[in-house]
Amino acid sequence: MKAFAALIFALDSTNKTTAKLDAIQQFLRDGEEKDKLWFLALFTGKRPKRPLNTTLLKSWAMEVTQIPEWLFLESYSAVGDLGETIALVLPPPSCVVERSLSEWMTDILLLKSQSENDKKAFVLQAWDTLLPQERFIFNKLLGGSFRIGVSSKTLINALARFYGMDESAVAHSIMGQWNMEEVVFDRLVQGHYSDTELSKPYPFCLAYALEKSLPDLGSRAEWQAEYKWDGIRGQFIKRDGEVFIWSRGEELLTEQFPEIAAALSGWEEDFVIDGELLAIKDDLVLPFSELQKRLNRKQISKKMLTDLPVSVFLYDLLEYDNEDWRARPLSERRAQLELLVSRHATPSLRLSEVIQGDEWSTLPAIREDARSRNSEGLMLKHLASPYHSGRKKGDWWKWKVDPLTIDAVLIYAQKGSGRRSAYYTDYTFAVRRGDELVTIAKAYSGLTDKEIQEVSRFVNRNATEKFGPVRTVKPELVFEIAFEGIAFSNRHKSGVALRFPRILRWRKDKTIADIDHIDEIKKLIPSST
Amino acid sequence: MLTFTDKGIYCEPGKFYIDPWRPVDYAIITHGHADHAKWGMKNYLCHHYTVPILQSRIGADIAVQGVEYHEVISRNGVKISLHPAGHIIGSAQIRIEYKGKVSVVSGDYKIQEDGLSTPFEPVKCHEFVTESTFGLPIYRWQPIATQNHQLQQWVQHNQAQQKTSVFVGYSLGKAQRIMQALEEAGPLYVHYSIGKLNRAFEQIGVRLPKYEIVDLREDVKHLDQGIVIVPPSLLESKVIKKIPHMAHAICSGWMQVRGARRWRSADAGFPISDHADWEGLIEAVKATGAEQVHVTHGQTAVFAKYLNEIGIAADVVPTEYGQEEEEDSPEHKEVQS
Repeated sequence: MKAFAALIFALDSTNKTTAKLDAIQQFLRDGEEKDKLWFLALFTGKRPKRPLNTTLLKSWAMEVTQIPEWLFLESYSAVGDLGETIALVLPPPSCVVERSLSEWMTDILLLKSQSENDKKAFVLQAWDTLLPQERFIFNKLLGGSFRIGVSSKTLINALARFYGMDESAVAHSIMGQWNMEEVVFDRLVQGHYSDTELSKPYPFCLAYALEKSLPDLGSRAEWQAEYKWDGIRGQFIKRDGEVFIWSRGEELLTEQFPEIAAALSGWEEDFVIDGELLAIKDDLVLPFSELQKRLNRKQISKKMLTDLPVSVFLYDLLEYDNEDWRARPLSERRAQLELLVSRHATPSLRLSEVIQGDEWSTLPAIREDARSRNSEGLMLKHLASPYHSGRKKGDWWKWKVDPLTIDAVLIYAQKGSGRRSAYYTDYTFAVRRGDELVTIAKAYSGLTDKEIQEVSRFVNRNATEKFGPVRTVKPELVFEIAFEGIAFSNRHKSGVALRFPRILRWRKDKTIADIDHIDEIKKLIPSST
Repeated sequence: MLTFTDKGIYCEPGKFYIDPWRPVDYAIITHGHADHAKWGMKNYLCHHYTVPILQSRIGADIAVQGVEYHEVISRNGVKISLHPAGHIIGSAQIRIEYKGKVSVVSGDYKIQEDGLSTPFEPVKCHEFVTESTFGLPIYRWQPIATQNHQLQQWVQHNQAQQKTSVFVGYSLGKAQRIMQALEEAGPLYVHYSIGKLNRAFEQIGVRLPKYEIVDLREDVKHLDQGIVIVPPSLLESKVIKKIPHMAHAICSGWMQVRGARRWRSADAGFPISDHADWEGLIEAVKATGAEQVHVTHGQTAVFAKYLNEIGIAADVVPTEYGQEEEEDSPEHKEVQS
């Protein structure tokens, strides 16, 4: 695992993209074939299911080290990562054994069917033959997610450089499902298998937040304006009569939305369409919280299909009749998409409405009103734009409505994980209900490093207990919390849940007397839910 | 025999303080770090290696008496002797004895022999005052030879890529350890704040590797591909960015944890510390045979609770130590580490 450990260590110890690219290229030169395939699988989210649960790992580590549970938990809260905590508390290995990443992965895959005792023997033996840094990687391979220091964009970038290819071509080649036993790494990256795969989606085209004034974009006539929706962005693929629905997270959703799959099958053409899954009832788009109820279910009941009917708003045409249309201008793709939809009247597959107008001046008011339709704002797309891979500045902009905000007080703080494990970075906020405080949201981001340190110092001085990960603090610090939506919920004591809550700013000018009252906040909840 | 007051650790019968943080008449100082050696005492007593450090940091005109390790002096009937703490050059545990009862105030200490400071020596006592900066089982240091080897390898790696190795480490203690580890690795340049302390050490006969003092405000082109050691206060300053082709590494016990390494976003982080690791703390406490242990700073609640669980009576006493240098938890990193 040496080459892989060196790669992880290098990726982990820098935040400079060039250094990360160098490290990946080094690994592409040095790594063994199978290890490179595993590397690709692990870093693109195609990891196998975890073969054992982390509670077992924790209990075995406590058994080996003879550390009481409270002390283990204190250590865990200082480190912020279970795999790393275990790697650090274990005694040094009695001997060091070098095995490749793929050898380890092969054994880890076999664990699934083994008895708990066999699993335990394997894990203890592994711990005793690995150095802490490799032990950490081993623990990460065993359980949970494997997100270390590199985005898929950087990974694709590194592969593209190494093979002298276009980034979008690499992204296409490694997307979708491929079988480790059936592919050769070089050929996979270079796209030798992608033609045969019917289901393969394209990388999504993503937009940046609008950072110019509207007139600076040029003439309104050059732009297509649409509503921006808060649903599940997806690719709707039909090739050779087979239908696939992919989420942006590269999850295959075909079976979760049978009515959409059926509607797509009804169209005789072959195509790849970019669109958004939304819960739509009586022509009204429902909030995301409703759509969420349809997710991650083994069975979709009849009742669910009638209570929460789902439709797709179709945005763009990426492939038509087995031909890649992405390089064509948006105006042409849209025209073809409209033609396609016009041939088939299907209520569950609708065109995303284009907001008409010759002047920029009408748009701000339409955006202001977007929330009343449960829309997040507007999208502006240049009519001459190709369908880019990933995020490219200039051709597509998202112009979201300003978030809703409330003032709330910090009442619980917890240390972060990863980079932030030394500081209190996860906060729970409360608002007023009569004389009491009720929790309304947890938020993780939005403060600068300096502010996080300042809050951490406050927490250290004003915490009411000394053990465990969560500190109750004196309600004193007031923050402005921004969020995208609000709905009734039992999860928080306040009876409401905020969508995408985040800290907008620290209101040092306000005291606990200035925080919002829950009754006022409830008035923000749209009546349709 | 000891009381813990708002001025510092007080020996009632001897009428003196150990590492006080408010002005008092008579102060015994464990070592020269700023949170233990404060300004404003009428009289100071410390190991004679610490004398020039106090003079350089507090003032040339202070009233200070230097003693050897194990030399016994008496004050109001209390016998006082200093014993090596292994933390930095001149660092001492203060042993006091009165009517057959022995207390030891250890200041900051480490068990590992760093080759520069006189090695830690366990002292039998009834009452032991300990730090707990790294009082969690996740802190386990590599052997010193391994640590040094890692520093050397990193420098070689940088040299192969035509880079300048910049080390960030506390100017008193850590900087000299880094110098020693890299004696043969290339030309050594130290920031003038480190140079000042090096000169103090050399005056009292400590041998240090060859080095050159640099002022980073002046031309720094000649540092290219060399080894530069700077104090943590420079970490976020613009001056170190002026150093050509620099890669910088932080040397601190906190670097044991990945999150802390990434938070600092240095090019490398080496867990090298002048404090005892978890097992070192426990070993030191056990070796004293003390009936009562007081934990002054660091992971105080955790360490005291653990000691009680393994049958050693321990409590937490509030002090103002650990507000500087490495004791400083990452929460206070803008002070220094």
